[in-house]
Parts: sequence; structure tokens; C-alpha cells
Amino acid sequence: MAFAGRRDVPEPPDFGILKRLARDQLIYLLEQLPGKKDLFIEADLMSPLDRIANVSILKQHEVDKLYKVESRPAPSASDQFCFLVRPRIRTMRYIADIVNADKMSGRSRKYKIIFSPQKFYACEMVLEEEGVFGDVTCDEWSFYLLPLDEDIISMELPEFFRDYFLEGDHRWINSVARALQLLNSLYGPFGKAYGIGRCAKMSYELWRDLEEESEGDGQGRKPEIGNIFLMDRDTDYVTALCSQVVYEGLVDDTFRIKCGSVDFGPDVTSSDKSIKVLLNAQDKVFSQIRNEHFSSVFGFLSQKSRNLQAQYDRRRGMDIKQMKNFVSQELKGLKQEHRLLSLHIGACESIMKKKTKQDFQEMIKAEHSLLEGVDVRESTSFIEEHIDRQVSPIESLRLMCLLSITENGLIPKDYRSLKTQYLQSYGPEHLLTFHNLKHVGLLTEQAAGETLTAVESKVSKLVTDRAAGKITDAFNSLARKSNFRAISKKLGLIPRVDGEYDLKMPRDMAYVFSGAYVPLSCKIIEQVLERRGWLGLEEVVRLLNGNEFSVSDSAVEDNPAWESQRVILAVFLGGCTFSEIAALRFLGKERGCKFIFLTTAITNSARMMEAMIEAKA
Amino acid sequence: MSRARADEEEYWHSSKFRAFTFDDEDDELSQLKESKRAVNSLRDIVDDDDDDLERVSWSGEPVGSKCRSTLCLSLSALSDTGVKNYAPELRRPKAEYKDYSSDWSPKDTVRRMQRGKVCSLERFRSLQDKLVLLDEAVAGHDGNVITAVLIFLKRTLRREILFRELEVRQVALCHLIHFLKEAGEQKLLLDLLRFLDRTEEVALSQYREHLNIQDVEKRREFLKGCIGLPFSAEDTSHIQDHYTLLERQIIIEANDRHLETAGQSEVFRKYPRKASILNMPLVTTLFYSCFYHYTEAEGTFSSPTNLKKTFKIPDKQYVLTALAARAKLRAWDDVDALFTTKNWLGYTKKKAPIGFHRVVEILQRNNAPVQVLQEYVRLVEDVETRLNLATKYKCHDVVIETYKDLKDRIQLTAYKCKVERGSAEEEKINSILNNMQIRWKN
Repeated sequence: MAFAGRRDVPEPPDFGILKRLARDQLIYLLEQLPGKKDLFIEADLMSPLDRIANVSILKQHEVDKLYKVESRPAPSASDQFCFLVRPRIRTMRYIADIVNADKMSGRSRKYKIIFSPQKFYACEMVLEEEGVFGDVTCDEWSFYLLPLDEDIISMELPEFFRDYFLEGDHRWINSVARALQLLNSLYGPFGKAYGIGRCAKMSYELWRDLEEESEGDGQGRKPEIGNIFLMDRDTDYVTALCSQVVYEGLVDDTFRIKCGSVDFGPDVTSSDKSIKVLLNAQDKVFSQIRNEHFSSVFGFLSQKSRNLQAQYDRRRGMDIKQMKNFVSQELKGLKQEHRLLSLHIGACESIMKKKTKQDFQEMIKAEHSLLEGVDVRESTSFIEEHIDRQVSPIESLRLMCLLSITENGLIPKDYRSLKTQYLQSYGPEHLLTFHNLKHVGLLTEQAAGETLTAVESKVSKLVTDRAAGKITDAFNSLARKSNFRAISKKLGLIPRVDGEYDLKMPRDMAYVFSGAYVPLSCKIIEQVLERRGWLGLEEVVRLLNGNEFSVSDSAVEDNPAWESQRVILAVFLGGCTFSEIAALRFLGKERGCKFIFLTTAITNSARMMEAMIEAKA
Repeated sequence: MSRARADEEEYWHSSKFRAFTFDDEDDELSQLKESKRAVNSLRDIVDDDDDDLERVSWSGEPVGSKCRSTLCLSLSALSDTGVKNYAPELRRPKAEYKDYSSDWSPKDTVRRMQRGKVCSLERFRSLQDKLVLLDEAVAGHDGNVITAVLIFLKRTLRREILFRELEVRQVALCHLIHFLKEAGEQKLLLDLLRFLDRTEEVALSQYREHLNIQDVEKRREFLKGCIGLPFSAEDTSHIQDHYTLLERQIIIEANDRHLETAGQSEVFRKYPRKASILNMPLVTTLFYSCFYHYTEAEGTFSSPTNLKKTFKIPDKQYVLTALAARAKLRAWDDVDALFTTKNWLGYTKKKAPIGFHRVVEILQRNNAPVQVLQEYVRLVEDVETRLNLATKYKCHDVVIETYKDLKDRIQLTAYKCKVERGSAEEEKINSILNNMQIRWKN
């Protein structure tokens, strides 16, 4: 099975079919409203839609004009409006306003709402309340899975993180279960399932529930993916909070990769316009540097430039025929490569410029100290100064959270003083942010344990036997301590380094954090796959607050010769970072297996922090 | 018609969970055509000329297990649009509904709803039935269904009863709270939180509303009302500060707008304000006040010292901010005064609550001249940092003196090539190197 020794890494399955399925269903839905129609698209569905169907496909199916939802509806003469939206109450009100305004002015139109990935009952309720139920037709576009790359599939649900971990809303679990069902039927059956976290467990259970209904499909079929590992984001917040230093992670932290592509601004392109670049395995330059530590990227790029120059130089001394060949066969490729090279070099320069301005070096040093648990006072004052200088509200929050999680909460004196200074530097309304962070356990005060027990005992007096288990569970998740230090020791997350850590020839996953820290999430996956279960990890599981599982489907044929045994679907509930992806890609190469990533969204520390901030309604 | 039937009738006219009914019978046919076409178009994807394909037809039943799973899937993906699921049932004559709603157990009801199918909840009338339904929904792990059941419970139960039951059902409670937040049912939300004795959340939830108030006067009034809310002691003082800050900003803004338009004040003429100070954080306000109102007496609301006192701004924070503001104005004398202290004997001394390397960095960023810069570089305590900074910012004197103090002849000699030929610095190096009294370490 997975780690039986170093073998060739299996090829990833072809996920193109997912796109085609999504596109065909969308076309089908558009055809449900025959004739010309205006299409209103939710802002955060635009990029995913762009990867599925371009404007000309939409036009082919009689979409006339495109609008963004939430913008003021343009006076349109169209007789049919189609809304492509996420299931949100706010959006329902927006649509209801349009419909009601039409009614008032005696305008009659057909309206269709297409919910992606699914409809919520609460949305229909709002439509009913607003008096437009029946005036609109509702449909679902089951677009659960967007393949971003040959090994990354995203559900493009960044709100999953806040909805589940902050609000405690289970609304997306069904979507996750359906996504698993889809993948299982196309690329499974998954013979072995592992997981850790409450949400992982619930998603798994709901998925199995769905599978039981769809009678025995695929049994005896040769799977392409044999294993699945589900993990809640709150199992490991630390990794997601660290500054990323592998190239793809740095690009994400610096420029924000959106739906697999990035907008490089004028500072990168060294022209006056921005360029949108698709970042994936197809980009021959990017694919070679994406997983590298930033320090190795420069060397690689300059080597590459020299090679390119040499290839261009071959022109000299060519005769006419050779030249003709060169121009027709090689030049285009070289030009393309040249363009990509100069973009990535520009990106590197821009990153360097930004990072040196921010004392990146000092910040990384503070982070490493926190991870290791040394010089905590110094790191605390570094954070304090960061706040006082108003460097960046998001960075400051991130560092405070990192301090809190690695130290199992801030000591009350520090908590008060950092909080006060933060509010003074970035605005008093962040009081709400602090409350949210405390609630999810990202930024806590060490004494908090006591108050919680008080509430717990009060509530438990009211609890009936039947609900007792649920209550305790709920409180466990609230009161959970990160126990990072103990876990780190148990799993050896801080590598002992004799001499320099060679970042060009990494020896373990720690390279994604400059050799200072092995990402916890990835280490857990490694350990469980190696042991084919949780046996021997009891203490770690206890420190992680349990909810682990490991299930073999006895009905699925277990043929060790199948490559699928070495293909693992790693599911991150609440987001996954490019650093984690790089670490597991590295592990895969080392162990001869292939990781496929399914995440509710690509995340990083900034996105996580932003999800905790309250905005105006 | 029996009583139950009448209820059902009513349900079909009133339920919140009713799916849309298509009147057009042709619709089903066209859908079928569509699915078939779409499925056929998938053929090349599937690359399997399975003849069974032709036999796959839509009948409202699950697709047979005979076809390849990819096909099943694509077909069900295509047909899994609300319409398909509800339509066949809804199009049955009404008489056929008779056993419909009583058929489903709470568990089955939840399962059907999880699959997006329409289900009547109206028959869950006793409290016990409602609670069983809710517990089943929670056990089913689908938040959408949990919320749907809660909306039904909210409509059919007195709120105190609902609240009481939710108190021991934390997962369901989270869902209701989230729903109320999203739906903007603020009053009910506050009642619920009060019922649960979650007073701090009551306060925070009310305070949150200020984000939606655009008008500053109204916002100020609102914040004033927030001061009395049951926050923790610590947060109460933050709220108080928030109110005071906005109050100050309103006064400052009115004054300064006047000053600016009058055009009498030099600093406003030279550096016109880029944005209003309203709703800015305290530190930004302090920066603003250090920039435009540095010399004002403590008595005025806009003076930095007044702000410092009112909001108990720590020294460190104050110095950092004042330094940044004065450096931006290139008011080097003010910068100097900021760090100069006199001891009881009247000697002056430079002191800073922040490291001098930070001072240097801030000055450098504001393009301070070398003469100013080197004075502070000299004060950096750590020798290595001092040398680094001095070299980086070309503070030659500091470099030379430091090497001299370190008695490092080699480095000092090497540094000669960094300074201009024939300059005073070169001369200085030469004279030090020629000084016979220094006992070089190398």
C-alpha cells in the first residue's frame, strides 16, 4: 500500500470530466429558460464560472447581457432574467426587490434563480416572505467541484470556514457529502477512509448515508483513487497561520491567487497594464518553481534565463533552412517561455521589494521562535511594535493568533495590553473581531478555562440525559485547547538541525517553512497513512481532541497491485494552504504516492483572519 | 373531506417548503429531450458504446444500476435540479396526496429534505413531535435542514418554549442564531440571547449595529447608548473610548475643515488633507494631530498631549507616532526634542522607549539627511546592528568611530575604499590609522 517503498508516483486521474459535467448542466439549466435572457451573476461565482464556461458559450445559449448581482440593476428591456447565485438571504432580497419593482411598474418578465451548488430552504422562505414565490422559478446547479489544477479540486466555498467554525452552521456538510459522492462514483470506490475532526466525521457519515441509497454502483470497478483522508481546519490552525515561503504560497500571500489565476500588476509586468496569468501545471516555468523554497527560485530562474538565451543564440550560424525550421517550430515555444520567465522574475522582484519593506526577516524569526517556544517575550514585544506601528491589521492579528495557539492562550496581562493597543491602532470596532477569534479559539486568554467550566456546569444542570452527549461535545469544541507544544513534541514537528538545512535538497516536509517546522496537518496524514490507521497515535489524538476515524470498506476489492492504492484524496474542510499542498506533494514524491487535494477553498492566513472580521451588513 | 385532508390542502397552498409547480405539461418532455441530448453529448467522454444507454430514460425513478456509474452520475447530475425531483409528485392529481404527508417518519422526513425534496412539516404538531424532528435533523448533519425545521418551529411555537428547548440543543441553537443574524431579525436575536443569559453577546450584537450607521452624528448618539450595555469591564472602557474618540473627531473635523477652507493655516495649505479624520483609529488620529496640531496647548481637543492623556496612550506608542508625523514634516528639531531628556543635574541625554534602530528606520524612510540619521545610528546599542545600519545608510563617521572603538584596523582600512577620495572622512581614517596610541587588536 501507500508507503511500501519508493516507486514511481502514479498519474493523477483526469478531472476534466468534472468541468464538462458542470458545463453541461449549466447549459441544460439555461436552456430551461428558452429565448433571450439577461444573466445576473453573483460576484464570487464569476471566477469559477469563468473556468467552466466562457462568455461565448453563454451567448450560444441566448444569454444576452451579463450583470453582476448586487450592483444596481440596469434598466433592461429583456423579458427574461436569470440569476446565478449562491444561496444567500441577502441575494434573495436583492432579487425580490427587482421582481417587486417590476410588479409595481406593471412590467412582466420571467425570472429564474439558479442556486449553486444548492438551494437552501431559508432562501425560499425569504422569497415567500417577499411575496415573489411563484413569480420566480428555482433550480440548482450542482457545481460542487472545480478542478483548479491536475491535483487540486476546490469547492470554491471560502465561507465554509466562517459558517462552520465560527457560526457553528452545518449548512455545507451536505455539499461536501455530495461532492464526495460524485468523486467516489467517478474515481472510486475509495477503499479506505481516514479522518479527524467533528466536521470530517459528520461529512463522512452523511456521505456514507447518501452512498447507501445509490445501490451498489461501482462495486468491483477498478478505482483510480483508493484512499481518502478528511481533516478539519481547526485540527491545525498553526500551519495556516504561518508566513508562506514556498513560491506558490508566497505568490498567494502577496498577490492573492484567485481561482487558480493571479493578476500581476504593473509592478510585476513592468508595463502600464496588469496581466492575468493562469498558474498551474501547464505553465512550464511555474510548475518547476511552485513547490520550491523562495530562496532557490532566483537561482532557478536565472539558470533558466541563461538556457533560454543559449537557445536563442543558436540562431547565429544557421542557414536559411535551419532558420526556417527554428522559426516555425521552436520560436513560439521559446517566446512563450520567455514571457513566462519575465513574469515570474518580475513577481519575485516585487515580492522581494514588499518583503524587505516589511522586515520579513525579523517577522520570520519571530514566527520560528513562537513555533519552537523560545524567546516568547521577545516575540511578544515584536508583535506589540508591529501593532503600534500600524504595519498591517491582518498581519498583526495573525501574529497574535500564532502566539496564542502556540502558547495555549495569552497570559491575561498580555491579552489585555495587546488587545487595547490593537483597538487603538486599527479601530475600536475590532472588539468584535476579538470576540470572534476568542470564540473559535484562535486568540484566547489563558484564564478562559475557568469561566467556561462555570457556564458548562450551569448548563449541564439543565441537560437531559438524551442531549448530554451533544452538549459536552459542543463545549469540548469551544473549550478546546490547542496543546500545540505537546503535539509538536510528540510528532517531532521542530526538526533538530545540525548545521544548515539545505533548502535546495530538502530532506523532509519542514522545507516549506525554511526547515523550521513540519506542518502539523501533513505530519498527521503521513503518520496515519504509514500506520494505516491511528494505532500508536492515541496520545496525539487525545491532544487533538479526538474525533478520529479509520474505516475500510470490506466490499471494495483490496488489490495491492492497483495504483489507486497509492492515490490519496486529501480533503481539507475549512481550507488548505499552498504550503500544505507543497509539503504533501513532496511527501508523495518521497513515498511514491500521489495526493489529490479537495478543499472547500484555497486559504492562507490573511483569508482566515479576514473571515473573522465583522463588516457592515 | 377529512380534517387531515383539509390540513393538507391548506399546506399545499401555504407551505413555505413548496416547490415551484410547472403548469406546462410539455415541460417534462422537453426536459427529457434535454437530458438525453446532454447525456448523448457525454458519450465521447465516457468512451463506451454501451447499448444500455438508449434504454436509460427518465421516469422519476432512480436510474437503474445497470448503466455504468459515470453515466448514472452524469444523468443524475443533470436531472438533480429541484424541478425534476419535485415535479413528478406535484403533478399528480391532488387526490393522490392523501397518504403523502403522514407517510414519512421524522427520520424519513429529514432524509427527504436532505435530498432537496419537498416535505410537509405541518403534521408535526405536538411539541414532542417537533422536538423529535429537530433532533433527527441535527443527527442528520445537514444545516440546511436543521434551519428549515427551526423556521417551522419558530413559526409554530411560542418563543419562550422554543428558546427553552434550544437551550439544551446547542447545535440547533447555533443554527437559529446564525439564521437570525443573516435574516436581520435583530429583535428576536436579542430576546433569545437575553433568555439564554448571554449578556455579553447581547451587548456585542447591539454594538455591532453601529457599523451600519453612516451618519456620524447618529453614530455618535448610538455609541453613547452602547456605553451602558452589559459588556465586560474591560470592553466597557473600550466602548467608552470609541464614543469619546468619535466625539473628538467630529469637533476636530469641523474645526479643521474651517481652517482649511479659510486658507490661513500654513500647514493645511502646504499639506492639504487627503481624507477626513472621522471614524479613523485612535493612532491615526494621534498621527493627524501630531501632524497638524503639534504645538497646541494641552487644553485643546486636537492637541497630541490631550489625546495622549485622555486615551492613556502608552509612551512607546506616542513616541512612535509623533516621530513618524514630525519626520514626515521633516521637523528635525521636534524629533530631537522628542528624545532629549534632562536629568536632575541639568545634563541632557537621549532616551527612547523604543529601540534606536527603529528610530533610524523611521527617519530613513522619511528621507532624513545623513547628519540627522547618524546621530541616532550612533545611539544604537548593539554594535553589530549599529555597524550594519551605519554602513547601509552611509553614516561614515559612525562606522569609523565604531571600528576605532573595536580597535579593528583591518576593517577600518578596508572601509577606506567606501569613502570618497580626498574627503574629510578619508582624512579621519588616515589620522586614526596613524594614531600610535591605539592598541589595535589586529
